[in-house]
Formats: sequence, structure tokens, C-alpha cells
Amino acid sequence: MNPRHGHGRELRLLAMLALAAAALMWAMPFAWMLVASLRPESASASDIASLIPSGTVGLGNFTEAWSEGTFPLWYFNTFLMCGGILAMQCITVTAAGYAFARLSFPGRSVLFYLFLLQLMLVPPILIVPNLTTIVSLGLYDRLPGVMAPYFASAFGTFLMRQTFRSIPRDYEDAAMLDGASLSQLIWHVLLPLARPGLAAFAIVSVSYHWNEFLWPLIALSSPANQVLTVGLASFTTGAESASEWGVIAAGTLLVAAPLILVFVVFQRRIVSSFVFTGIK
Amino acid sequence: MGGSSSNTNRRGGAITGDRLDQAAPLARNGALALTAPVRIGAGRRRARTARQRSILAASLLLAPSALFLATFTYWPVLQVLVRSFIDHQYGEVARFGFGNYARLFADPHFRQAAWNNIVYGVGTIVPSLAFALLFALGLRDNRRFTAFLRTLLVLPMMIPLVAASALFIFIFLPGEGLIDHYLAFLGAGQTNWLGNPSLAMPSIIALTVWKNTGYYMLFFLAGLAGIPDQLVEAAMLEGAGPVQRFRHVILPLLGPTLAFVLVIALLNVLTQVDHIVVMTDGGPSDQTNVLLFYIYQQAHQNNDMGLAAAATAVSVAVLFILSAGSLRALERGIHYES
Repeated sequence: MNPRHGHGRELRLLAMLALAAAALMWAMPFAWMLVASLRPESASASDIASLIPSGTVGLGNFTEAWSEGTFPLWYFNTFLMCGGILAMQCITVTAAGYAFARLSFPGRSVLFYLFLLQLMLVPPILIVPNLTTIVSLGLYDRLPGVMAPYFASAFGTFLMRQTFRSIPRDYEDAAMLDGASLSQLIWHVLLPLARPGLAAFAIVSVSYHWNEFLWPLIALSSPANQVLTVGLASFTTGAESASEWGVIAAGTLLVAAPLILVFVVFQRRIVSSFVFTGIK
Repeated sequence: MGGSSSNTNRRGGAITGDRLDQAAPLARNGALALTAPVRIGAGRRRARTARQRSILAASLLLAPSALFLATFTYWPVLQVLVRSFIDHQYGEVARFGFGNYARLFADPHFRQAAWNNIVYGVGTIVPSLAFALLFALGLRDNRRFTAFLRTLLVLPMMIPLVAASALFIFIFLPGEGLIDHYLAFLGAGQTNWLGNPSLAMPSIIALTVWKNTGYYMLFFLAGLAGIPDQLVEAAMLEGAGPVQRFRHVILPLLGPTLAFVLVIALLNVLTQVDHIVVMTDGGPSDQTNVLLFYIYQQAHQNNDMGLAAAATAVSVAVLFILSAGSLRALERGIHYES
């Protein structure tokens, strides 16, 4: 067929090799994190950068990181923060998404664009005025204060609007004919059908807030209220000697591990969520 | 569209007297003063119409979101705008003017931060989009090996930027760090990656490219999956080589995806500063200071709220300009999807 077939095949192999090399480069920081965190404490400081495991495996770095930082507390606060935000968002986003998808009212499209503005006016850029607001609401240094700016989500509203629109109207009409009220309709008919959209949103929301740093950094002050990212940052910037790098690698792994584990297990689902949803 | 139920009785405001008393205040108070006033014909008080029921329901459903958006999005923007024009505050009396903006644009740190943000933007967006597209093109077929490579590339997206920074502080560590350790085998000496003013920004850029490329790749993979195979095969039969196929078939069809990813990347450039806070603190000599970090500095280190407000207003304006293009890209994305 193609006279250059053989040539193309070689080129293909070469390209694949280059891609594999690039992907391995990408994985290097993770490889170092894993190797350095599992190296026994007794290992000499000079090979801290080595990517080759030292043969023996020790969990000393993890126990030290665990006791140096207050990881149980940080995990708890982070879970609480992500869970609280998600729970509230599920309510606001489903309600608003339904209204925009199914109800007709004057000014609907104008209002929808006003909602979408939040996609651009993202909370990180508004940290200064938002801090003033949560201080005056008495929510400074409290987890609800960190959560509050995220309770409404333009992105989630948009997503749920799309999801509700993709559900055939016949289901609702049938339920309405059977005499279902609006709340029954939403709870028993629409929400179960909208679960894929909500799941996609939950994945994006939790991973965003699990990873967030600047806003919790300035909205929380007492050590008892810190979340994982802020804890890790204080942990890291204190490092001086090479022997501490193993501990920091362990701490970093402790912070990143839950999401990485979830990712590896639900990879397909998560990838499609991020693509499906578009914006973080 | 969602309006079929309201088509009946569009003008009709027939409401029974007692129902009206409940419905109208609720519609007005439901945080949505934006809903148009309910039209009530005095002579048409029969039953609550579908239209009014739908307005009431919409008000109730939108109220929670509207309340939070008003408190934490619209109000802060207004607050920032007003605050940025207050030059002096004597107790209750404020003097308005352009003083903060004058100070802001005269501040060499701000100018440096704005310039750095542009450098950071171009420096991260161009390579990360190029790599993402390249990886997506090379790894799009569904084989076990390519899937594994894709996973490796996507992993950085799942870890916090702070965790990535912790890893890269070590990677960039002079002498003992990962890069210098392996460069030493090539005979290179120590390099102070984060401490050298001309290397600090490139180092931050390298970290950002590493962190974001996999995320952008996912969108390109989805975009590529949406291109019909027949089109590419047809081009192949016409004798188009790989480069021509990419230029004339794939790239034009990827347009909406590209626009969409570009918008996300632009937003990231203006809103991600965690690595700067953790790794360089804006230094050395302001070389890694960017707009959001400058705002953070003014508000929390210098306690200069006027300057912070003016800088926030400038950032919001930039975001607004981007938002026009962004909304259009979003709409195109939807169009593309269906």
C-alpha cells in the first residue's frame, strides 16, 4: 500500500519511545517522593536525592512526620471543610440548576449570565474583601468561614443545568400526572437521574478544595483549625538539613495520598468527570 | 427550552385573593428582586397560573445560590471598587480620588509583578498547551501501555500545588537536590535555581508546566475523540501526510477545545500563587512576584488596604476582559458537545 510504510513504523516507534521518556520524566518527582519517604532514617544524607531505593524499607519517616505535624487534626479539618462545602453546594447547585433548566421566569438568561460571572470572579482573586466579610460575620478562624464563599457555585449550577436538560421531560410529566409535588419530583425523579452530573461535580469540588491553600491560609489562624495544605507548608518551610527531606517527602505523600489513591482506583470516572465538567 | 408550561395563560394573572397574599411577598422577598413584578389583573382572580407558580418556584430555588453569590462575589467586587477610590478615611468621613491607583501604577513592585505575570503567563501557557496537545496526539489510542503513560502525566494534577511545591523545593535544592545531584554526573556544578534572580521564574514556570500539562491533555484527548475517524481517513486516502493531516484536518476541528483550554489556562495564571507563597515568597528581588501575590503582600504584610483594593480592581478588570472571550468559548464548547 504505502511505500513508506516501514519507514513510518520506525518513526512511530521512535515517537512512542520519546513519549515514554517524557512521561517517565513527569513521574520523577513522584518516584523521588516514594523512594525518599521509604528510606530508613539511618541512611546517609548524601544519597537523599538518589532515585534508587536503598534496599531496605523503613517507615521511620512516616512516623516522624505523623508525630511532628498534627496530621489527624489536619485530616479531620480537611474532611470537614470538603464535606461541608460539598453538602451545601449539592443543595444550592441542584436547586438553581433545576430552576435554570426547567422553569421559565422573566430575566432568566440575564440572571444565568450573572451567575456565570462567578466563573471569572473566582474566590482566590477576592480574598481581601472576602476576608473582611467573614471577619464582620464573626466567622474568621472558623471552618464555616473558609467554606462560605464556596457555598454557591456557578460552575456547579451550569453543570446541573446541562444535566437536567439532558433528562427527557416525559419523566417529569409522568410524575406530575401522578400528582407528585415539586419537591417529590426533584427528590424522587430528577435527583436519581442527575446522579452522574452530581458525581462529576463532587469529584471536581472535593479535589479543588482538598488542594486549596491561600484562602485557608489567610482565613484561619489558630493551629487547631489548620487544614492539610497549610499544615504541610509550615512543615516544609521549616526544613533545614538533608535528613529532614525524607520526613518532608513522607509528609507530602500523606497529604497527596488520599486523592492519588482515589484517582488510581476511579481513574476512568474521574478523567471523564474533569473532561465533562471543564472547569475546576 | 424550559418554557412550554408557561405558554398557556401567558398574560393571565388570575390569582385568588388569599393565594396572592402569600405568593407575591414571597416572590419579592426571595432574594430575587430581579424577578419582574407579578402582574395581577383585578378581574382575573381565579387560580394561580402556571407562570406565577413557576416564578415563585424559581425564586425559592435560586434564593440560596443568589444569597451566597451576592455575599461572596458581587458584594466584594463592589466593596473593592469603592475601597480602591478611598484615598483617606477620617473616622466616618472618606475622601475619594484616584490616589490608590496613582500609587499603584507608580509602585515599581506592582509594575514588576504585572510584567512577571505576563512572562509567567506566556511561559507556562505556551509549553504546557504544546506538550498537552503533543501527548494527547501521541497517547490517544487505547492500549494498556499508552493508558499507563497517560496516568503518569495526569497524576500531578491530583496533588495540591503546595505538595508539588514541597517536592520541587527539594528538586531545585542547590547541591543536594534532585537536579543538581544528577547534573553533577555530567560535571555541572551547583546551581541556586530558586535563589538566582534570573533562574527563579523559569524554575517556577517549570513546576507549573509539570503540574498543569496533564490536566490540559485530558481536554485535548476528549476533543480528539470527538473528531470523526472518516475525516482523518479521507485525508489519508488523499495522500495527506501526518503533518498535513494535523494542520488541515485535526487542528481546525480542535479549535473550540483549544479556546476552552486557553481560557482555563489564563484563569490559572491569574489565580494560582500557592507555589510562590511556599517556594520564593515573590523573590529573589521581586522576580517571581505576580499580581495575586502582590495583592496578598499588600493586604497581609504591608496592611495597605487601599493599594490591595486597587490591585484587586485591576485584576478583576483583567479577568472581566478575559471573561468575554471565556463565555464565548464556553458557548462554543456546548455547541461542540451536542
